[in-house]
Amino acid sequence: MTNMHYTEPKRLLAADPDIAGRIAARHGEIAAGSGTSSLTRAGMMMGGAVLATAAVAHDVYAQAGLPGLVVDILNFALTLEYLEAEFYTTGTSTPNLIPADMRAPFDQIRKHEVAHVQFLRGVLGSRAVSKPTFDFTAGGGSGNGPFADVFRNAQTFAAVAQAFEDTGVRAYKGQAANLMGHNDILRSALRIHSVEARHAAMVRRMRQQKAWITRSMSGGLPDATDPIYKGENNTFQFILAQPESDRDAQTEAFDETLTKSQVLAIVKPFIVGGV
Amino acid sequence: MTQQQTKTEVVRMDSGLGSPWGNSSRREFLRLSAMGAAALGITATMSGCAVAAAGSRRLDFRDDFGILNFAYALETLESRFYTKVCEAPPRDLRAGELQVLQDIRDHELAHRRFLKRSLQVLRVEVPQSVWPGIDFSSRTSVLTAARNFEDLGVAGYNGAGTRIRLAEFLTIAGKIVSVEARHAAAIRDMLNPMSRDFAGDDVVDAMGMDNAFEPGVVLAQAQKYFAEPYRAVGI
Repeated sequence: MTNMHYTEPKRLLAADPDIAGRIAARHGEIAAGSGTSSLTRAGMMMGGAVLATAAVAHDVYAQAGLPGLVVDILNFALTLEYLEAEFYTTGTSTPNLIPADMRAPFDQIRKHEVAHVQFLRGVLGSRAVSKPTFDFTAGGGSGNGPFADVFRNAQTFAAVAQAFEDTGVRAYKGQAANLMGHNDILRSALRIHSVEARHAAMVRRMRQQKAWITRSMSGGLPDATDPIYKGENNTFQFILAQPESDRDAQTEAFDETLTKSQVLAIVKPFIVGGV
Repeated sequence: MTQQQTKTEVVRMDSGLGSPWGNSSRREFLRLSAMGAAALGITATMSGCAVAAAGSRRLDFRDDFGILNFAYALETLESRFYTKVCEAPPRDLRAGELQVLQDIRDHELAHRRFLKRSLQVLRVEVPQSVWPGIDFSSRTSVLTAARNFEDLGVAGYNGAGTRIRLAEFLTIAGKIVSVEARHAAAIRDMLNPMSRDFAGDDVVDAMGMDNAFEPGVVLAQAQKYFAEPYRAVGI
């Protein structure tokens, strides 16, 4: 009995590894309850504690043994989040790059992507892949790809941001069904997925584009990014062909998935040494 | 009232199914449909005749059809809201904003139409809408209501995701929820341009994650916009 204090938290975490996710879900419910704004604020302030809990939980999680498929999916997500986090961290800390009016949105996006990396690394523990070296010009390491002025030209920076966000939305969406049965991980993935969609919408608006994707139009990005929007013009949902009328709205109303290999092909030029 | 309820409890087979009847999704869907119909006490003859849905307004969250009907209710609410807004837009809308609201209206109508056709005989008709506290002549009031609907929709889909059993439904929910999140961000950017609000700390937590509300929480918040109550089971 003397070791109860020692074993009890561990058992709790082993039985329900994504404790951080559950706390976060509870945190959401607190916010949902509204009315009690002090409670809501307390919930928001719990954020730091949640991150700490995730860090504590991860060793037990790794020991509990995630299935290989789930580990692969989470590492795939982590690679994309590494890409985004470093991109925004570099961009927002580069002098004279981000115009004053774009500062707040890009700072907010950076904050989220850094948190996503932290969360995924926490869940994966020792099984997390390490961060690759990136070439944000999409030059595969040459530093002289199609986006050569990505950290000198705000328009290029925003264009690459749109490419990453619209890809990220499709990447998470494509893996959701593979996470079925792992409810805490699935819930967290879904909650990240919709945040990536908020980012995508905001970046598109800053670029004077619609916040949604019409047919498979690339929203002002160069031809090299066409694979990001491939299949977005799909009008066959589940088992139902959508009406012939109003194809723009039909395609805007449903974002489409990308497979893991499609996503990796898109991000390959941004990763030194390939994927 | 009684007459109206009787009328809305009658649903008809949607004959507009242009789908490949042979594929496995279809078979699985029909299998689950039959199970769901049995669970709801419905005699589904699947021959295009009208059937009476016992326990209408009852959303059973223990199966995918309860969740789809829940989504159908939310999408119907949203599509009615934007339709009303666009019929007589607030005069103080700014340049380009009506186009955004019209786009969103069309997306919500597409979502509603998709869900309606998917549910067929298992559809629970949506009560009339009421709009307490919304001033349709005020840009701020309309955009604030829109923000609340979109944020609630995002949190609702996120929270219901782990309850879905059929993989295809989960993927479809994902295809819809990210568009709702795009709506939420756009509306929030209209309310407070070029700020952090598009994904503000009031909806996205310190882990960079959106809200995920249980269906009961969402239903409780949405109920005031419906003239008649929903009864939730299995939450």
